[in-house]
Amino acid sequence: MSSRLMRAAAVALLGSTLLAGAPAFAETVLHRGNSGEPQTLDQAQTSINIEAFILKDLYEGLTIYDAAGKIVPGAAESWKVSEDGLTYTFKLRENAKWSDGSPVTAQDFEFSFKRVEDPKTAAKYANILYPIKNAEMVNTGKADPKELGIKSVDDKTFEITLERPTPFFLELLAHQTALPVSKASLEKNGADFVKPGTMVSNGAFQLVSHVPNDSLVVQKNPNFWDAANVKLDKVIFYPIDDQAASVRRFEAKEMDLVYNFSADQIERLRSAYKDQVHVSPTLATYYYVFDGREAPFNDVRVRQALSMAVDRDFLAKKIYSGSQLPAYSLVPPGMANYGEPAKADFAELSQLDREDKAIELMKEAGYGEGGKPLNIEVRYNTNPNHERVATAVADMWKNTFGAKVTMSNLDVSSHYAYLQEGGKFNVARAGWVADYADPENFLALNLSTNKTFNYGHYESKEFDDLMKKSYAETDPAARSKIMHEAETILMRDQPIAPFLTQADLWLVSDHIKGWQDNAANEHLSRFLSVSE
Amino acid sequence: MLSFILRRLASAVPTLFIVVTISFFLMRFAPGGPFNLERPLPPATMENIMRTYQLDQPLWRQYLTYIGNAVQGDFGPSYIYKDNTVAELIGKGLPYSIELGFYALLLALIGGVTLGTIAALRQNSVLDFSIMTLATMGTTIPNFVVGPVLTLIFAILLALLPAGGWGDGSFSFLLLPMIALALPQLAVFARLTRGSMIEALHADHIRTARAYGLPARIVVITHAMRGAMLPVVSYLAPCAAALMTGSAVVETIFTIPGVGRYFVLGALNRDYTLVMGTVVLIAIFVIVFNLLVDLLYGLLDPRVRHD
Repeated sequence: MSSRLMRAAAVALLGSTLLAGAPAFAETVLHRGNSGEPQTLDQAQTSINIEAFILKDLYEGLTIYDAAGKIVPGAAESWKVSEDGLTYTFKLRENAKWSDGSPVTAQDFEFSFKRVEDPKTAAKYANILYPIKNAEMVNTGKADPKELGIKSVDDKTFEITLERPTPFFLELLAHQTALPVSKASLEKNGADFVKPGTMVSNGAFQLVSHVPNDSLVVQKNPNFWDAANVKLDKVIFYPIDDQAASVRRFEAKEMDLVYNFSADQIERLRSAYKDQVHVSPTLATYYYVFDGREAPFNDVRVRQALSMAVDRDFLAKKIYSGSQLPAYSLVPPGMANYGEPAKADFAELSQLDREDKAIELMKEAGYGEGGKPLNIEVRYNTNPNHERVATAVADMWKNTFGAKVTMSNLDVSSHYAYLQEGGKFNVARAGWVADYADPENFLALNLSTNKTFNYGHYESKEFDDLMKKSYAETDPAARSKIMHEAETILMRDQPIAPFLTQADLWLVSDHIKGWQDNAANEHLSRFLSVSE
Repeated sequence: MLSFILRRLASAVPTLFIVVTISFFLMRFAPGGPFNLERPLPPATMENIMRTYQLDQPLWRQYLTYIGNAVQGDFGPSYIYKDNTVAELIGKGLPYSIELGFYALLLALIGGVTLGTIAALRQNSVLDFSIMTLATMGTTIPNFVVGPVLTLIFAILLALLPAGGWGDGSFSFLLLPMIALALPQLAVFARLTRGSMIEALHADHIRTARAYGLPARIVVITHAMRGAMLPVVSYLAPCAAALMTGSAVVETIFTIPGVGRYFVLGALNRDYTLVMGTVVLIAIFVIVFNLLVDLLYGLLDPRVRHD
């Protein structure tokens, strides 16, 4: 290094040390790690949770999740549901305002919902609002947006009519796609309504600045109806997709919150940061799909045997260091309106007993040692953890059945494109994260009519009929019972082998107050505060 | 001279055209598309999206549309970062990459040439061996190792420098990524300089200069250096283009908002337009820096004349 540069470096070093010693600003700032750059801040285009974290701080839907992940009133202070479960009437808060001071009206919600369903908008999550009457027809261009089952009764009364009773409808309304957009702002600014300086929002915060891949800054919205209870002046979101980099910035005390880090770091971080490390089981399942269209995977015994032979405890503890939990059901635990999910019957056996039974089943089916050769190709999307899981599973199948297992992987887009387009395979990895906290969201993946998500082309009339019955059932308890029966059939047939319930990993600095782990993984900044 | 520059710039047009065409079709032949996500979209939604982005049109028409727009400087919307056009994304990120890349280039060039010259002057001494060992390490240790190690020491253990981010753009934020970015190039410059300097020092005109009794400093700096710089200068063009269009690795490790990562992110997400935009950007940088280096050659080597 030349001496001039050296001097410059020394000055810079000195400067930064001096700065670090300066008194902190009077305002309260939350430095919030967000595990990637948001692709959009448009509620009609959003599809991923890193966008949801930002959008839900900026906007407030009719319903919201509180700090514990429970549905509570948001922009609507109350609602009434008709006897038949088809009509929801929402009373908006009198003092709900946009950040420009204008009132939040029923017309804003009406405009926003119509915008999402309008095929011209090409909203990614338009189907979230499909339970609304005519929504699917409108979205597929078969009906005019005017026919959408929503109505502004007056400025503060918003009425929604549903296609069929939907017990989880209030959950759907808390999705970021159902956030309102200011009609006036969108009409004035067009596509630019998402930009800092232009955006008008009705949530606890408003957008100040956004430098892609650097930071997104929001500050307290003085016009928010509950501004008095918002303790943070500013939240800075850091869109860092490199998990190791976020951990380093947490360790350097530059960030208070980190969302998602590499599971192999858990033990080290736990010993260094103790209870600042949060492992919070979430509504997401990691599973393998069997291609039911061809032998040997069209034989239920083969699928059962392969599923039983997988030691889920090993996967959870050794590969994921306890950051994921063993799963024996497709629906993850922690779903309020479902209770304990229906597990596969082998869940009660020890792993050794499962293996014995698996060998027996496989012999019955006529494959493996002494039978027809068992050749399996496992497909997964490229990722070090998925590779470790595939390697371990391959090893288990080799040891138990003498199977010949090969592996292949593609990047995530290609992997799912192949499965969605009906490509043939043997066994493939898949994952599902709940869009809303209802078992239907998981079970419907296996309907024979589900052309996109039923990768293994599972067809069971018994299962389909039960699901159909569940859609017609309005009583929550009866509906839950029917869905348990459907899941029992699914777990008997094992068209998919659930391996793990995923967990969200958070680093939460001990300066942060008000944090609660929850299965919905909902953490609005307005419920958090930062202490000195 | 001017006609040389104009001729070179004119020849850049077909080059860019070929680069754009090849990358357009290569991207489209990759499986999957920008909207095939881990969470697949319902067919009706997919149709709406494909129509909106005109991806439902035949490939040749999409190509013609793209070329037509690109000629007018419109590189289209980013499919992934929907709130921005490709031009906006690159426009926002490029200043960061250029500033960081420029400092890294300066550090690599000055540091590398100085070390290489010292090593050449003390050929086969302990100093020479240590410098060359360092240079070998510089090229072999990848910056995804150097970066985190630097952060670990200076940001986490010593808490002297920030662990990442651009912050207010002050030098303390730039220092670590700059070193990580410069180190491999510095090593290359040191090796190139050493080799050509040793050769230059044995040249006839240097022996003559020495025989005249010129001071060693003048011999080395004014006479030997000029010849020794030729290979260094030819490496300068690809090196400058690479450093200033950003490094996906360094930008990711230090969470710098530059354009380097767009190439990788774009390719992985099948963000066709974003990849095309970065390809054009890199091609322009390579063309411009090659031209600059050719001009510089004319200054250094009297045998090269541009007319």
